[in-house]
Amino acid sequence: MAAEPMYVIIVGAGKVGWNLARELLEKGHEVTLIEGSRDRYLTVEQELEHNIQYGDATELWVLERAGISRAEMVIAVTGDDEDNMLICQVAKEKYLVDRIIARVNNPRNREWFELLGIKPFVSATDLILRLIEHEVPEYGLVHLLDLPEERLEIIEMLLASDSKVAGRRVGDLEMPEGTLLISVLREGRGFVPGPDTVLEAGDEVLAVLDPGVEEDLKAFFGSDGAVE
Amino acid sequence: MFILIVGAGRVGSSLARAMLKDGHEVSCLDEDPESQSRLAVGMERSWEDSGGQFTVGTGLEIDALHAAGIERADAFVAATDGDNTNIVISQIAKRRFNVPTVIARVLDPLRAEWYEQQGLHTICPTRIAIDMLQDEVREAASKQRVRAGAAPAADGGAATNGEGS
Repeated sequence: MAAEPMYVIIVGAGKVGWNLARELLEKGHEVTLIEGSRDRYLTVEQELEHNIQYGDATELWVLERAGISRAEMVIAVTGDDEDNMLICQVAKEKYLVDRIIARVNNPRNREWFELLGIKPFVSATDLILRLIEHEVPEYGLVHLLDLPEERLEIIEMLLASDSKVAGRRVGDLEMPEGTLLISVLREGRGFVPGPDTVLEAGDEVLAVLDPGVEEDLKAFFGSDGAVE
Repeated sequence: MFILIVGAGRVGSSLARAMLKDGHEVSCLDEDPESQSRLAVGMERSWEDSGGQFTVGTGLEIDALHAAGIERADAFVAATDGDNTNIVISQIAKRRFNVPTVIARVLDPLRAEWYEQQGLHTICPTRIAIDMLQDEVREAASKQRVRAGAAPAADGGAATNGEGS
C-alpha cells in the first residue's frame, strides 16, 4: 500500500459511497460510512458491519459520534446537494478537517459549492460531459486536468487536416504566451516533441497552459478559417 | 422596506401577512404553487390583490431568486421546512446578493448556535420551546417544594438536553 492509512468519513451509502468505502477499506484505510436511511443502513451493514453508522450526518452529534475530530478526510456523496454542502462546510470550518470532497448532483448547484468554499467537488454529469468531449473530437479542445488553485491546465487537441500548424517544425512555432507543448500522440503512441518534430494533421497534441489562454491556443492550433 | 421570504408555510405566510399589514413590500418564494392561497388566509382579497408578490420556485434556483426580487431585498428570511435549505439559501442571500438583513429559521439547536457564532443570524424555534418548557417545569417543581414545606432550591444548573424536533 502506497499511502499512509487515513481515517475517512463517508456520508451517503448509495452506490458511490458504498463502493468508495469498500475500496478504501481494501487499501487499508479506516472508514466510517454514515447513512440516514434505516433500510439502506441495514442492507449495507450486513457487509460493512461496524464500519457503517446510522444517522443524519447534517446533525453535529452524528458527525461527532463518528469521530469527525480525528478524521483526515470527509467525503459527502449523498443524493442531496444541500446536505453535501453543509456536511463539508461544518467538517472544514467547525471540525477543521483538512480534506473534504463533495458530490454535486445537480450541476446548477456548482456555483453554490464554490460560494461556500466547498472544494474539490465532483459532478458525475460534468465527468460524463468531459468524456463526451473526449470521445467526440468536434469539440476540438479537451480538458485533461484543471488545477484552478495552482493556476494550471492541461488540454488535449486534435490537429484537423487544415490546421495552421500541420507540416510545421515545433522549433519554428511561436506558441501563445503561457502555453507549452508537452506531448504529441501519433498513431497511438505518445512522445515528447523536439524542435525538429514536424506536426501532422491527425496528431493529438497535449499542452500545459495558464488558465484563460485556451482560446489563444485553440486559434493557434486551429484550422485556417476556424469556426468555433 | 422590501422583504423576501422563502418558504410560505405556517411560519413564512404568517410573517408575510404581518409584514404586509405593517406596510412593507413583501415577496414570497415557495416551490408549491398552492401556498399562494395559504398566504391569503384571513385576508379579504387574494395575496397579490393585497399587494403581495409570489413566485414559484426554490431558493437554490438563481432565476427564481431574481424573479422574486432578491437584488433589491432589504431583508431575507429563510423559512422553509428544511434546516439545510434554510442554512444554504441564507448564506447565498448574504454572500452572493449582500442582502443587509438575513435571518434563517433553523430547528436544530446545535447547528443554529454554531451558525449564529459564524455570523449567520438564526432563529431556533426548538430552542425557544426548550427554554419555555424548562421554565414552566422548574416553576412547577419549585411550587411543589413550597407546598411540601421545603425551602425553594436555588436554580442549580439543570441539564439542557437539546434534542431537535
